[in-house]
Amino acid sequence: MPSSPPRPRATSWQPAEVIGITDETKRAKTFRLRLSDRQAHLAGQHYVVRLTAPDGYTASRSYSVASAPDDPAEIELTVERLPDGEVSTFLHDELRVGDELEVRGPIGGWFVWDGASPATLIGGGSGVVPLMAMLRLARLQARPELVHLLVSVRAPEDLLFADELGGDGATVVYTRAAPPATVRPVGRLTSADLAAVLLPGATVYICGSSGFADRVTDLLGQNGVPADRIRVERFGPTG
Amino acid sequence: MAKLTRGFAGRGRAERDPRLPPGQYDAGRDWPVLTAEATPRLATDTWTFAVTGLVQRPTTWTWDEIHALPTSTYRGDIHCVTTWSKLGITFTGVSIDSLLAVAEPRPTASYVMATSHTGYTTNLPLEDVTGGQAWVVWEVDGQALPVEHGGPARLLVPHLYFWKSAKWVSALRLLDHDEPGFWEQNGYHDRGDPWLEQRYQGD
Repeated sequence: MPSSPPRPRATSWQPAEVIGITDETKRAKTFRLRLSDRQAHLAGQHYVVRLTAPDGYTASRSYSVASAPDDPAEIELTVERLPDGEVSTFLHDELRVGDELEVRGPIGGWFVWDGASPATLIGGGSGVVPLMAMLRLARLQARPELVHLLVSVRAPEDLLFADELGGDGATVVYTRAAPPATVRPVGRLTSADLAAVLLPGATVYICGSSGFADRVTDLLGQNGVPADRIRVERFGPTG
Repeated sequence: MAKLTRGFAGRGRAERDPRLPPGQYDAGRDWPVLTAEATPRLATDTWTFAVTGLVQRPTTWTWDEIHALPTSTYRGDIHCVTTWSKLGITFTGVSIDSLLAVAEPRPTASYVMATSHTGYTTNLPLEDVTGGQAWVVWEVDGQALPVEHGGPARLLVPHLYFWKSAKWVSALRLLDHDEPGFWEQNGYHDRGDPWLEQRYQGD
């Protein structure tokens, strides 16, 4: 694991106003927040969201920023609704435009893209969120050739950001059900799927469940990608 | 102080377990996996663990040699900075005290840098890994430690956030000063006491 850049500044809690809520899929929404403490994030970083009840009880969770660092005062967090998720169910079912949340960030200096070197991005399901910030940054900088995003989803209705993943620089793999006229047969990611999207000299960013991350890491090994070129962000429980 | 969130009541804290530090939830039977690197496959016949730096006798143990030391068991709780905790989990391995008794820290040693076979690092005050507070462990709940949880062996420092419990641990290097490790360079706290919510730099 290579060394990291200089330590980022310390962060503290700040109020953030909800200025937009967008449905991405049946289970995922994007929350656009206006920050009071302006600081541009790096593509791949996350914020912590804290909810506080009247008796002082708090619940906090980390969510990746989906937006490119195009506006230091606003961020978009894309959140999947987990049926038992104390925070995600509140955000999905209760939160309204105009409400205020407390947030802290941006956090993370490892799973970030510098916007300048080649990057291959591999996302499983909602693991696409931090990778979307990277793809959007590349497009914003008019350097789309620097990144390629591959996202693996079960079915079309699970695909986040579908409007932005149709063109160059993005590949969608369907594992259970695909839209009509999809050439690739449905099925799990293969070594050939990865070979088709690997950019020469790229750092590979993987985000998804732990099982997904391990499978992709193994497939990358079959493609000759050394472990020190792989950065992983995992989520989800294991047994 | 935290500001009230409109409409948020929270769940079930009437029976909140007193073993949970502030801001943590009980993960129950789940054990989430959070690592920043590819999972390494380490063979126990070539595995080693070393204590180096400011010690009288820098020492390296093989898998068989470390198993020949007196085993020690921790039963208690672990707390991840991402807010899950696991309560009542059992780990077995060897106490760091037993390893330091062989290597003998020099009087100036005051911090340690734990290093993993992957290159992961994390820094700790020496006093947080001595006095029966830290282990190198290879069993969890009576089973071999799975690779995704750091097997064949990991560091265990359960009174601090779990990123301090380096997976796939390979060495402890004793220092006379503090140096930030991997997550600590990336914005996380240098000590990481869950009861003080020392999650990030500045807490």
